[in-house]
Amino acid sequence: MPAKTPLLTTIDLHKVYGSGDTAVHALRGVNLTLFEGEFVAVMGASGSGKSTFMSLLGALDRPSRGECWLLGIDIARLTRDQRALFRRHYLGFVFQSFNLLSRMTALENVELPLIYRGESRRVRREKAAMTLDLVGLGDRLGHTPAQLSGGQQQRVAIARALVTEPDLILADEPTGNLDSARSAEVMELLVKLQHHRKLSIVMVTHERDMAAYTHRVIWFSDGVVERDGPAAEVLK
Amino acid sequence: MNPATTFVMAAQAILRHKLRAALTALGVVIGVASVIGMVHIGQSAKESVRSQISSLGDNLLMVRPGAGPRGPGGARANAAPFELEDSAAIAAQVDGLTVAPVVNHGALVVWGNVNWPTAVTGTTVEFFEVRQWKLERGRLFEEQEVRSAAPVCVLGATVYNKLFGGGRESIGDTIRVGNVSCQVIGVLTSKQSSMGSDPDDVVVMPLRTVQRRLSGSTDVGMLYLTAPSHQPTASVKKQIEEILRERRRIKPGDDDDFSVMSMDEIAQRVEGTTDTMTALLGSIAAVSLLVGGIGIMNIMLVSVTERTREIGIRMAIGARGREVLTQFLMESIILSTLGGIIGIGLGLGGFAIAADSLGMPFVLIPEIVVFAFFFSAVVGVVFGYVPARKAARLDPMEALRHE
Repeated sequence: MPAKTPLLTTIDLHKVYGSGDTAVHALRGVNLTLFEGEFVAVMGASGSGKSTFMSLLGALDRPSRGECWLLGIDIARLTRDQRALFRRHYLGFVFQSFNLLSRMTALENVELPLIYRGESRRVRREKAAMTLDLVGLGDRLGHTPAQLSGGQQQRVAIARALVTEPDLILADEPTGNLDSARSAEVMELLVKLQHHRKLSIVMVTHERDMAAYTHRVIWFSDGVVERDGPAAEVLK
Repeated sequence: MNPATTFVMAAQAILRHKLRAALTALGVVIGVASVIGMVHIGQSAKESVRSQISSLGDNLLMVRPGAGPRGPGGARANAAPFELEDSAAIAAQVDGLTVAPVVNHGALVVWGNVNWPTAVTGTTVEFFEVRQWKLERGRLFEEQEVRSAAPVCVLGATVYNKLFGGGRESIGDTIRVGNVSCQVIGVLTSKQSSMGSDPDDVVVMPLRTVQRRLSGSTDVGMLYLTAPSHQPTASVKKQIEEILRERRRIKPGDDDDFSVMSMDEIAQRVEGTTDTMTALLGSIAAVSLLVGGIGIMNIMLVSVTERTREIGIRMAIGARGREVLTQFLMESIILSTLGGIIGIGLGLGGFAIAADSLGMPFVLIPEIVVFAFFFSAVVGVVFGYVPARKAARLDPMEALRHE
């Protein structure tokens, strides 16, 4: 393990959905520190708060209480627009259901985040093509998602997350919709990219096989961190 | 994100649903086309009326019995007709004025086994000068023939064509007008048609001939006058009114039982009518533009719902609300202005065809074209705003979960 620089620190993170009698406490005080270059798996039963944690980490939602320091910014205090800008510049997302725009080609899908970053058409094309090449789809630039297999679609989605060179990649069950062979391919790709590019990745998964690819596993239960440690230990 | 990129992105989104886009824009196309068409047809009609009226001569005055269009409906029926002496008195008292008394009488004209119902105008020699009616061939009747009530007639081009089939020589032939046999002495040149009525469907005869043999009275229906060109028609009109009031023994303070109208006034009145018609048709057309706008709003709302997930993805990768808003707003603006451009083309094309077939001048009004273009853009903004705002306000998490 290289020298550890903290990337993310949460302090007493709470999230409550709804109010009054129907209020649901999804997170009940999460205190965590993640480091740069870590590949972290977030696990837990459904309803344990792991998805809520990811949406807070992804600046898609705000906590009800607590602080969430990422890259020196408390994203809990950001406005809606500031969160959008934060996602634009520092984060990359990979979703379970790929979430590619079906009427766009692979290249156009990967270009999309660069459009919002104001890159010129030429730079966009170049970077997107390069990134697709990196995930092994250099010969599929003009294909639409429907013309690609599930595994290929997820690789396009990974390229889309990667193309902006984000500080943190958030992957929400990236292998959830794939069979075991394709899942292994995607995980190996993530591991390879993580290793070569010193990426920081936080991945939600409920499959131990997938979590086994990571360095560290954080186990959520009832809105709090139950276990946290090296993958081999936690998964034992 | 710069406007050009937004535009390209919106254009691409539209191109992905070509049929839907075409149908969406269709409402605006029809709205703009009808506004453009209606306003142009109205203005063109106005233009052609104006040119017809000015072709009659700007210094032409018409005197009719009755209080004219302004008065109560029965006034004209009760008012006494003019007499030949009225005409003579006006001619004698106003300097430089040319007066033509006229009596109109409907009659059937017959030649051989052909007959044709037409309007007979009984008048004096001055009439041809006042109305600027030109002779095609033959001759006009003379002073002496008017005095002697000679049975002669000058045919309008339409009557000539109906009776003689257009090709046959007719000068010197005798036709029957009503019960009167009369000799054809001339044929008039064809005149520009005026608003549906055919000015060539006429037979002109000496005033006394019509009075004695057709109408059977000495009444004069109306007077045509040309004021001297150096004198303003308003002052001539005033003099005529004074003379006629005196002759018709109208007490001071009582209303005229006749009306003197100059071509200016007639032109103004007709233009006022066509303006009203244009405004009416234009506003009906504007309603269809409104409906077109609602069509855009409808489709954009459907589109936003359908693309909720796309919006979620865009937001997740960093689109701010305002960027989502401008994207959808841009889409509706593109649709509506595209509809506007096509509508302008269609409207002008339709107007060109209508103008051609109705014999109206093709008058292009750049203001209304520019206005229609910007208005269609405004329709896009106004009706695109609600759907776009709906898109911009979506919660990224919920949008991503949307099926």
